[in-house]
Amino acid sequence: MSGAGRLDATMRAVVETVVPEAAALDAAGWDEVAAIIAAAVAARPRRQRRQIALFVRLLGASAVFRHGRTFAGLDAAHRTRHLSRLERSAILLVRRGTWGVRTLALMGFYARPAAAAAIGYSPSPAGWRARHADPTGAGERR
Amino acid sequence: MNELRYDVVIIGSGAGGGVAALELADLVRQGRRVLVVEQGARLADDEFTGDELGMAAALYADGGGFLTADGTMTLAFGQAYGGSTVVYTGVSLIAPRRVIERWNVPGLDFTDVERRSAKYLAQNEVHLLADSEINENNRLFVIGCERLGLPARQFPVNVRGCAGSSLCNLGCPNAAKLGTHRVQLPAAERAGVEVVTRAEALRLEDRAVVVRVHPASRKGAPSAWEPGDYRITAGVVVCAGGSIGTSALLLRSGLDRAVPRLGAGFTCHPAHILVAEHDRPLGNDVGFPKSYYLDRAEEDGYVLETCMYFPFTTAKNLSGFGAPHSALMRAFPRLQMILVLACDAAVPENRIAVDRAGRPVVHYRFTRDVVRSLVQATRTAAHIFFAAGARRVHAPSASPPLIERKASGRIDELVDERNFLAGAISVSAAHMMGGAAMGASSGNSVTDSWGRVHGIPWLRVADGSLFPDSVEINPYVTVMALADRAAEAVRADAGALLGA
Repeated sequence: MSGAGRLDATMRAVVETVVPEAAALDAAGWDEVAAIIAAAVAARPRRQRRQIALFVRLLGASAVFRHGRTFAGLDAAHRTRHLSRLERSAILLVRRGTWGVRTLALMGFYARPAAAAAIGYSPSPAGWRARHADPTGAGERR
Repeated sequence: MNELRYDVVIIGSGAGGGVAALELADLVRQGRRVLVVEQGARLADDEFTGDELGMAAALYADGGGFLTADGTMTLAFGQAYGGSTVVYTGVSLIAPRRVIERWNVPGLDFTDVERRSAKYLAQNEVHLLADSEINENNRLFVIGCERLGLPARQFPVNVRGCAGSSLCNLGCPNAAKLGTHRVQLPAAERAGVEVVTRAEALRLEDRAVVVRVHPASRKGAPSAWEPGDYRITAGVVVCAGGSIGTSALLLRSGLDRAVPRLGAGFTCHPAHILVAEHDRPLGNDVGFPKSYYLDRAEEDGYVLETCMYFPFTTAKNLSGFGAPHSALMRAFPRLQMILVLACDAAVPENRIAVDRAGRPVVHYRFTRDVVRSLVQATRTAAHIFFAAGARRVHAPSASPPLIERKASGRIDELVDERNFLAGAISVSAAHMMGGAAMGASSGNSVTDSWGRVHGIPWLRVADGSLFPDSVEINPYVTVMALADRAAEAVRADAGALLGA
């Protein structure tokens, strides 16, 4: 998460776990995801930036303790189980850390115009006028 | 530091500051100088693009994701020329009589709030949308309510020439929403009130405000003033930076020594976004998003509102992750949405503070009553979704979160308080209230019923921080009514405060 265009291996694994479709992104798509996440982290207060970076490191390490591999080294099923366990942890700090990286992953993926279009979200400032001109805009793209 | 002199300085330009600016424009006609200081930027009409992240960054504090101290809730409040009125949906309701009576503020009665509220309903051209402007997302809410015998009501709204972009919460791209940036502020400026944007109020001194003007950023016009620090002396300072902004400014100025209740009594209507999947596309990304509501505040402590949010906001508010989450997101055009809001009561532990650097810190814990209200509201919303024909419903406090139609008879069992795990599910709020509450004395409040800070005659408050408790409806009209009172008090006291 050090800069736009590159994602820490753990954070990339989080994105792929939270949004499985991310695995199909090309390099440009990943650059876009990374840039969005980097910008979001950079905009947070310094204390929160430190907390996010620390939690990502802890997430990577916690998988080693439980599964003998880093989070990024786990297969999809084990990553999902590991993240689900953290999401329901009895410790609030762990839950909010998980919520935080999950939120960053969702932002990185769904704030991209291509992702919004792919799920059929197609608003227009022209509103009803645009929809009546192109009624298929209401339909699903896939 | 630059030194300037005005007669009146208003800090903030939202529902409170915008009204104060226009109501104090009379002083300009009498030869006084009135200044509005706004931390956010002034955007040109063509800068409202509807881009989710870009607009959130330009118009909200912390991009709309201001976190409470324990990180279990995000708070969304505007920071722009027009404040939160740029990003609210514009639904316009008068505070219920029972709320104003429960507030029990000496000198404040419902009739006065109602009269002043009516003035702003007229000024903001509030009306009901025509049936032809109601989209399918809203129609389904009405259908669901009707089938259950629940009284859905239509929201009066303050739009003129609404094109139905659905982008209200990212700033209307058609200049249709009549917030203070379209109504009160331009009128005040025409009357000679000055507005300086990108100007952050750092602290208050005796009859003075120290502000820092920031350089231009990606969106919005540069400030009319050069970047730098300014000390502005004034006969009257009116704080209208919103519940969090005003409370934090007064706290970092050390005023809690004079008014110890500063920061107390914060409420915000904590909310969940619920979604349900239908079999057919609804076209929910067109039309005015928030047209109907179900008011259960008095009986059960919650309100349901129709809503429509954007892809990332929706994704964040769905529980869980992975394949089930993705499947629901792929059904986006078939999603019906309902916002459930809890009417939280002011409690001692929920308050606004500042950290060592003077930044606002909001302490908020979900009380049993709030959790109970959110869960009950979720059950009602789930029943409405299914009654409207939904195939499955996503409820954050259900286990599992997805309730299939065949399980719709077990909603009350599946949606349960035990599943409400703070920090694991998304809760957000956009109705910041309290922190500088009205009341009888500094022993139980910060201001009197006219927004005069106890013991500090030159200092006034004119925003949602005045609320002694939750208002149980969308708050902006009540903010305007109270700001109207605060401005009237400034005019009445002008001779004594401003001199000849």
